[in-house]
Amino acid sequence: MLNMHPTPTLSHLKPADYQHVYEPAEDTFLFLDALEADVNFIISRSPVVSLEIGCGTGIITTFLQTLLTSHGIPLLSLTTDINPQACKATAATALSNRTSVDAIRTDLAFPLFPRMENGIDILLFNPPYVVTESEEVGSTGIEAAWAGGKDGREVVDRVLRLIPRMLSKNGIFYLVTIRENKPQEIMEYMSTTYNLRSDVVLSRKAGTEGLSILKFYYPA
Amino acid sequence: MRLITHNMLQCHAKGCDPSQSYPLELKEVQLESLDAEYSEDFIRRLIPKLDWNVLVHTAFALGVAELPKELPDVQDEAFLRKVHQVALETRVKEAQMVCNGCGHVYPIKDGVPNMLLQDNEV
Repeated sequence: MLNMHPTPTLSHLKPADYQHVYEPAEDTFLFLDALEADVNFIISRSPVVSLEIGCGTGIITTFLQTLLTSHGIPLLSLTTDINPQACKATAATALSNRTSVDAIRTDLAFPLFPRMENGIDILLFNPPYVVTESEEVGSTGIEAAWAGGKDGREVVDRVLRLIPRMLSKNGIFYLVTIRENKPQEIMEYMSTTYNLRSDVVLSRKAGTEGLSILKFYYPA
Repeated sequence: MRLITHNMLQCHAKGCDPSQSYPLELKEVQLESLDAEYSEDFIRRLIPKLDWNVLVHTAFALGVAELPKELPDVQDEAFLRKVHQVALETRVKEAQMVCNGCGHVYPIKDGVPNMLLQDNEV
Protein backbone atom coordinates (compact mmCIF):
# COMPACT_ATOMS: atom_id res chain seq x y z
CA MET A 1 0.00 0.00 0.00
CA LEU A 2 1.07 3.56 -0.62
CA ASN A 3 2.49 5.49 2.25
CA MET A 4 0.35 8.62 2.15
CA HIS A 5 1.07 10.24 5.48
CA PRO A 6 4.36 12.15 5.46
CA THR A 7 7.29 10.73 7.40
CA PRO A 8 8.31 13.15 10.17
CA THR A 9 11.25 15.37 9.36
CA LEU A 10 14.47 14.59 11.21
CA SER A 11 16.48 17.36 9.60
CA HIS A 12 17.30 18.76 13.06
CA LEU A 13 19.41 15.64 13.76
CA LYS A 14 22.97 15.56 12.46
CA PRO A 15 25.14 12.54 11.55
CA ALA A 16 26.95 12.92 14.90
CA ASP A 17 23.61 12.44 16.72
CA TYR A 18 23.32 8.97 15.21
CA GLN A 19 26.45 7.91 17.08
CA HIS A 20 24.29 8.09 20.21
CA VAL A 21 20.74 7.54 18.99
CA TYR A 22 19.40 4.74 16.78
CA GLU A 23 18.99 5.99 13.24
CA PRO A 24 15.64 5.02 11.69
CA ALA A 25 16.04 1.98 9.44
CA GLU A 26 13.85 -0.64 7.72
CA ASP A 27 12.30 -1.78 11.01
CA THR A 28 11.31 1.81 11.83
CA PHE A 29 9.77 2.43 8.43
CA LEU A 30 7.86 -0.85 8.54
CA PHE A 31 6.48 0.26 11.91
CA LEU A 32 5.30 3.56 10.40
CA ASP A 33 3.66 1.73 7.49
CA ALA A 34 1.92 -0.65 9.90
CA LEU A 35 0.51 2.19 12.00
CA GLU A 36 -0.79 3.87 8.89
CA ALA A 37 -2.29 0.62 7.59
CA ASP A 38 -4.00 0.11 10.95
CA VAL A 39 -5.23 3.67 11.50
CA ASN A 40 -8.94 2.81 11.25
CA PHE A 41 -8.56 0.11 13.88
CA ILE A 42 -6.67 2.56 16.13
CA ILE A 43 -9.39 5.19 15.76
CA SER A 44 -12.11 2.59 16.46
CA ARG A 45 -10.55 1.95 19.89
CA SER A 46 -10.83 5.66 20.92
CA PRO A 47 -7.31 6.07 22.31
CA VAL A 48 -6.40 8.88 24.73
CA VAL A 49 -2.89 8.02 25.98
CA SER A 50 -0.05 6.46 24.01
CA LEU A 51 3.26 5.27 25.38
CA GLU A 52 6.34 4.26 23.45
CA ILE A 53 9.08 2.35 25.20
CA GLY A 54 12.53 3.01 23.75
CA CYS A 55 11.70 5.98 21.55
CA GLY A 56 15.12 6.64 19.96
CA THR A 57 14.71 9.64 17.63
CA GLY A 58 11.00 9.83 18.49
CA ILE A 59 10.00 9.30 14.87
CA ILE A 60 7.42 6.57 15.59
CA THR A 61 5.42 8.42 18.23
CA THR A 62 5.68 11.67 16.28
CA PHE A 63 4.35 9.85 13.22
CA LEU A 64 1.45 8.32 15.16
CA GLN A 65 0.60 11.69 16.67
CA THR A 66 0.61 13.56 13.36
CA LEU A 67 -1.21 10.68 11.65
CA LEU A 68 -4.05 10.81 14.17
CA THR A 69 -4.09 14.61 14.12
CA SER A 70 -4.63 14.44 10.36
CA HIS A 71 -7.76 12.40 11.16
CA GLY A 72 -8.85 14.97 13.74
CA ILE A 73 -7.92 12.74 16.69
CA PRO A 74 -5.81 14.27 19.48
CA LEU A 75 -3.58 11.99 21.56
CA LEU A 76 -1.49 12.38 24.70
CA SER A 77 1.87 10.90 23.77
CA LEU A 78 4.49 9.81 26.27
CA THR A 79 7.76 8.10 25.44
CA THR A 80 10.58 6.58 27.42
CA ASP A 81 14.20 5.80 26.73
CA ILE A 82 17.07 4.82 28.97
CA ASN A 83 19.39 6.85 26.77
CA PRO A 84 19.32 10.59 27.62
CA GLN A 85 20.30 11.59 24.09
CA ALA A 86 17.28 9.71 22.74
CA CYS A 87 14.97 11.64 25.09
CA LYS A 88 16.51 14.89 23.91
CA ALA A 89 16.20 13.85 20.26
CA THR A 90 12.55 12.87 20.75
CA ALA A 91 11.62 16.22 22.27
CA ALA A 92 13.34 17.94 19.33
CA THR A 93 11.63 15.70 16.77
CA ALA A 94 8.19 16.43 18.20
CA LEU A 95 8.92 20.15 18.17
CA SER A 96 10.27 20.12 14.59
CA ASN A 97 7.07 18.40 13.49
CA ARG A 98 4.87 20.84 15.42
CA THR A 99 3.50 18.34 17.82
CA SER A 100 3.90 17.50 21.51
CA VAL A 101 5.52 14.42 22.97
CA ASP A 102 6.78 14.11 26.55
CA ALA A 103 9.97 12.06 26.76
CA ILE A 104 10.88 10.43 30.07
CA ARG A 105 14.30 9.00 30.86
CA THR A 106 13.83 5.61 32.51
CA ASP A 107 14.27 1.88 32.19
CA LEU A 108 11.16 0.55 30.38
CA ALA A 109 8.22 2.42 31.97
CA PHE A 110 8.48 1.84 35.73
CA PRO A 111 7.77 5.40 37.03
CA LEU A 112 4.33 5.35 35.35
CA PHE A 113 3.11 2.37 37.38
CA PRO A 114 0.98 1.57 39.28
CA ARG A 115 -0.35 5.13 38.80
CA MET A 116 -1.23 4.46 35.15
CA GLU A 117 -2.21 0.83 35.65
CA ASN A 118 -4.37 -0.30 32.73
CA GLY A 119 -4.35 3.29 31.49
CA ILE A 120 -2.28 2.99 28.31
CA ASP A 121 -4.36 2.91 25.14
CA ILE A 122 -1.59 2.57 22.57
CA LEU A 123 1.68 0.95 23.53
CA LEU A 124 4.49 1.03 20.99
CA PHE A 125 7.67 -0.98 21.26
CA ASN A 126 10.43 -1.38 18.72
CA PRO A 127 12.67 -3.42 21.00
CA PRO A 128 16.32 -4.33 20.92
CA TYR A 129 15.56 -7.51 18.97
CA VAL A 130 18.98 -8.51 17.64
CA VAL A 131 20.31 -11.85 18.90
CA THR A 132 23.45 -11.06 20.94
CA GLU A 133 25.36 -12.34 23.93
CA SER A 134 23.42 -11.73 27.15
CA GLU A 135 26.32 -9.61 28.45
CA GLU A 136 25.61 -7.01 25.78
CA VAL A 137 22.10 -6.33 27.12
CA GLY A 138 21.52 -3.54 29.62
CA SER A 139 23.65 -0.60 28.52
CA THR A 140 22.32 2.95 28.58
CA GLY A 141 24.03 3.93 25.32
CA ILE A 142 23.15 3.21 21.72
CA GLU A 143 23.75 -0.55 22.19
CA ALA A 144 20.51 -0.54 24.19
CA ALA A 145 18.76 0.10 20.89
CA TRP A 146 19.58 -3.31 19.44
CA ALA A 147 21.22 -5.78 21.87
CA GLY A 148 18.49 -8.33 22.66
CA GLY A 149 20.44 -11.24 24.16
CA LYS A 150 19.22 -14.81 23.70
CA ASP A 151 16.80 -15.12 20.75
CA GLY A 152 16.74 -11.28 20.86
CA ARG A 153 14.05 -11.78 23.48
CA GLU A 154 15.57 -10.71 26.81
CA VAL A 155 14.20 -7.15 26.82
CA VAL A 156 11.06 -8.12 24.89
CA ASP A 157 10.13 -10.71 27.50
CA ARG A 158 10.54 -8.18 30.34
CA VAL A 159 8.01 -5.96 28.59
CA LEU A 160 5.58 -8.77 27.72
CA ARG A 161 5.14 -9.53 31.41
CA LEU A 162 4.19 -5.88 32.05
CA ILE A 163 1.55 -5.70 29.31
CA PRO A 164 -1.44 -6.76 31.46
CA ARG A 165 -0.56 -4.00 33.95
CA MET A 166 -0.06 -1.31 31.33
CA LEU A 167 -2.67 -1.88 28.65
CA SER A 168 -6.20 -0.49 28.97
CA LYS A 169 -9.20 -2.67 28.12
CA ASN A 170 -9.49 -1.04 24.70
CA GLY A 171 -5.70 -0.77 24.34
CA ILE A 172 -3.48 -1.96 21.50
CA PHE A 173 0.14 -3.06 21.88
CA TYR A 174 2.34 -2.91 18.77
CA LEU A 175 5.61 -4.83 18.72
CA VAL A 176 8.41 -5.16 16.16
CA THR A 177 9.91 -8.65 15.82
CA ILE A 178 12.32 -10.53 13.62
CA ARG A 179 12.01 -14.22 12.76
CA GLU A 180 14.65 -15.18 15.37
CA ASN A 181 12.41 -13.74 18.13
CA LYS A 182 9.87 -16.53 17.37
CA PRO A 183 6.87 -14.25 16.86
CA GLN A 184 4.45 -17.20 16.70
CA GLU A 185 5.58 -18.27 20.15
CA ILE A 186 5.07 -14.72 21.48
CA MET A 187 1.55 -14.62 20.04
CA GLU A 188 0.66 -17.97 21.60
CA TYR A 189 2.09 -16.91 24.95
CA MET A 190 0.11 -13.66 24.99
CA SER A 191 -3.06 -15.49 24.07
CA THR A 192 -2.82 -18.33 26.59
CA THR A 193 -1.38 -16.23 29.45
CA TYR A 194 -3.24 -12.94 29.09
CA ASN A 195 -6.13 -13.70 26.72
CA LEU A 196 -4.73 -11.15 24.26
CA ARG A 197 -5.67 -11.56 20.65
CA SER A 198 -2.96 -10.83 18.08
CA ASP A 199 -2.46 -10.18 14.39
CA VAL A 200 0.52 -9.66 12.13
CA VAL A 201 -0.08 -6.17 10.78
CA LEU A 202 2.75 -6.16 8.23
CA SER A 203 5.79 -8.26 7.36
CA ARG A 204 8.76 -7.42 5.21
CA LYS A 205 12.13 -8.92 4.45
CA ALA A 206 14.92 -6.37 4.84
CA GLY A 207 18.33 -7.83 3.99
CA THR A 208 18.64 -10.81 6.31
CA GLU A 209 15.95 -9.57 8.71
CA GLY A 210 12.48 -11.10 8.49
CA LEU A 211 10.59 -8.24 10.12
CA SER A 212 7.00 -8.36 11.38
CA ILE A 213 4.86 -5.81 13.18
CA LEU A 214 2.55 -7.60 15.61
CA LYS A 215 -0.41 -6.14 17.45
CA PHE A 216 -2.12 -7.38 20.60
CA TYR A 217 -5.52 -6.38 22.00
CA TYR A 218 -8.31 -7.73 24.17
CA PRO A 219 -11.26 -9.22 22.32
CA ALA A 220 -14.33 -6.98 22.38
CA MET B 1 7.18 17.98 29.88
CA ARG B 2 3.59 19.01 30.36
CA LEU B 3 1.98 19.21 33.77
CA ILE B 4 -0.17 16.21 32.86
CA THR B 5 2.95 14.06 32.76
CA HIS B 6 3.79 15.07 36.32
CA ASN B 7 0.28 13.81 37.15
CA MET B 8 1.28 10.37 35.86
CA LEU B 9 4.77 9.92 37.31
CA GLN B 10 5.65 8.34 40.64
CA CYS B 11 8.63 7.21 42.65
CA HIS B 12 9.70 3.64 41.99
CA ALA B 13 12.78 3.36 44.21
CA LYS B 14 13.31 0.13 46.07
CA GLY B 15 11.79 0.18 49.55
CA CYS B 16 9.84 3.39 48.98
CA ASP B 17 6.50 3.30 50.82
CA PRO B 18 3.87 2.81 48.07
CA SER B 19 1.39 5.01 49.95
CA GLN B 20 3.90 7.91 49.82
CA SER B 21 5.43 7.43 46.36
CA TYR B 22 2.82 9.57 44.59
CA PRO B 23 2.58 12.43 43.79
CA LEU B 24 6.11 13.74 43.46
CA GLU B 25 6.57 17.22 44.87
CA LEU B 26 7.75 19.84 42.39
CA LYS B 27 10.47 22.15 43.70
CA GLU B 28 12.61 24.90 42.16
CA VAL B 29 10.21 24.98 39.23
CA GLN B 30 10.70 26.86 36.01
CA LEU B 31 7.51 26.84 33.94
CA GLU B 32 6.75 27.83 30.39
CA SER B 33 3.53 27.84 28.47
CA LEU B 34 2.99 26.59 24.96
CA ASP B 35 -0.18 26.72 22.88
CA ALA B 36 -1.85 23.40 22.18
CA GLU B 37 -4.93 22.89 20.04
CA TYR B 38 -8.08 22.66 22.15
CA SER B 39 -10.45 19.75 21.69
CA GLU B 40 -13.44 19.58 23.98
CA ASP B 41 -14.05 15.92 23.24
CA PHE B 42 -10.44 15.04 24.01
CA ILE B 43 -10.39 16.92 27.34
CA ARG B 44 -13.57 15.13 28.38
CA ARG B 45 -11.94 11.77 27.65
CA LEU B 46 -8.68 12.86 29.27
CA ILE B 47 -10.21 13.84 32.62
CA PRO B 48 -10.85 10.22 33.75
CA LYS B 49 -7.13 9.53 33.22
CA LEU B 50 -6.16 12.32 35.65
CA ASP B 51 -5.67 12.19 39.37
CA TRP B 52 -7.92 15.17 39.92
CA ASN B 53 -6.81 16.06 43.46
CA VAL B 54 -3.17 16.05 42.43
CA LEU B 55 -3.85 18.28 39.42
CA VAL B 56 -5.80 20.75 41.57
CA HIS B 57 -3.10 20.84 44.22
CA THR B 58 -0.22 21.14 41.74
CA ALA B 59 -1.89 23.88 39.69
CA PHE B 60 -2.55 25.86 42.86
CA ALA B 61 0.90 25.32 44.39
CA LEU B 62 2.58 26.50 41.19
CA GLY B 63 0.23 29.46 40.85
CA VAL B 64 -0.97 28.27 37.45
CA ALA B 65 -4.72 28.19 38.06
CA GLU B 66 -7.38 27.61 40.64
CA LEU B 67 -9.40 24.52 39.78
CA PRO B 68 -12.50 23.32 41.66
CA LYS B 69 -11.65 20.87 44.45
CA GLU B 70 -14.34 18.48 43.28
CA LEU B 71 -14.85 17.59 39.64
CA PRO B 72 -17.98 19.54 38.66
CA ASP B 73 -21.00 17.54 37.52
CA VAL B 74 -21.62 19.96 34.69
CA GLN B 75 -18.37 20.56 32.84
CA ASP B 76 -18.82 23.70 30.76
CA GLU B 77 -16.45 25.08 28.19
CA ALA B 78 -14.79 27.53 30.58
CA PHE B 79 -13.97 24.66 32.92
CA LEU B 80 -12.70 22.36 30.16
CA ARG B 81 -10.52 25.12 28.72
CA LYS B 82 -8.97 25.64 32.12
CA VAL B 83 -8.13 21.94 32.40
CA HIS B 84 -6.66 22.11 28.90
CA GLN B 85 -4.52 25.10 29.86
CA VAL B 86 -3.26 23.50 33.08
CA ALA B 87 -2.67 19.95 31.86
CA LEU B 88 -1.58 20.42 28.26
CA GLU B 89 -0.29 23.98 27.88
CA THR B 90 1.74 24.32 31.06
CA ARG B 91 5.21 22.86 30.78
CA VAL B 92 7.85 22.21 33.36
CA LYS B 93 11.17 23.21 31.89
CA GLU B 94 13.38 22.78 34.94
CA ALA B 95 12.53 21.39 38.36
CA GLN B 96 13.33 18.88 41.05
CA MET B 97 10.68 16.24 41.68
CA VAL B 98 10.99 15.05 45.24
CA CYS B 99 9.46 11.87 46.64
CA ASN B 100 7.76 12.47 49.98
CA GLY B 101 8.22 8.81 50.85
CA CYS B 102 11.95 8.21 50.46
CA GLY B 103 13.29 11.66 49.58
CA HIS B 104 14.59 10.60 46.18
CA VAL B 105 15.07 13.57 43.87
CA TYR B 106 14.24 13.22 40.18
CA PRO B 107 15.52 16.20 38.21
CA ILE B 108 13.79 17.71 35.18
CA LYS B 109 16.23 19.31 32.76
CA ASP B 110 15.26 20.95 29.50
CA GLY B 111 11.80 19.50 29.93
CA VAL B 112 13.00 15.89 30.26
CA PRO B 113 12.47 14.17 33.62
CA ASN B 114 15.25 11.79 34.62
CA MET B 115 13.50 8.91 36.38
CA LEU B 116 16.41 6.51 36.05
CA LEU B 117 17.52 4.88 39.29
CA GLN B 118 20.93 3.42 40.06
CA ASP B 119 21.18 -0.38 40.09
CA ASN B 120 21.20 -0.43 43.90
CA GLU B 121 17.98 1.64 44.03
CA VAL B 122 15.72 -0.75 42.09
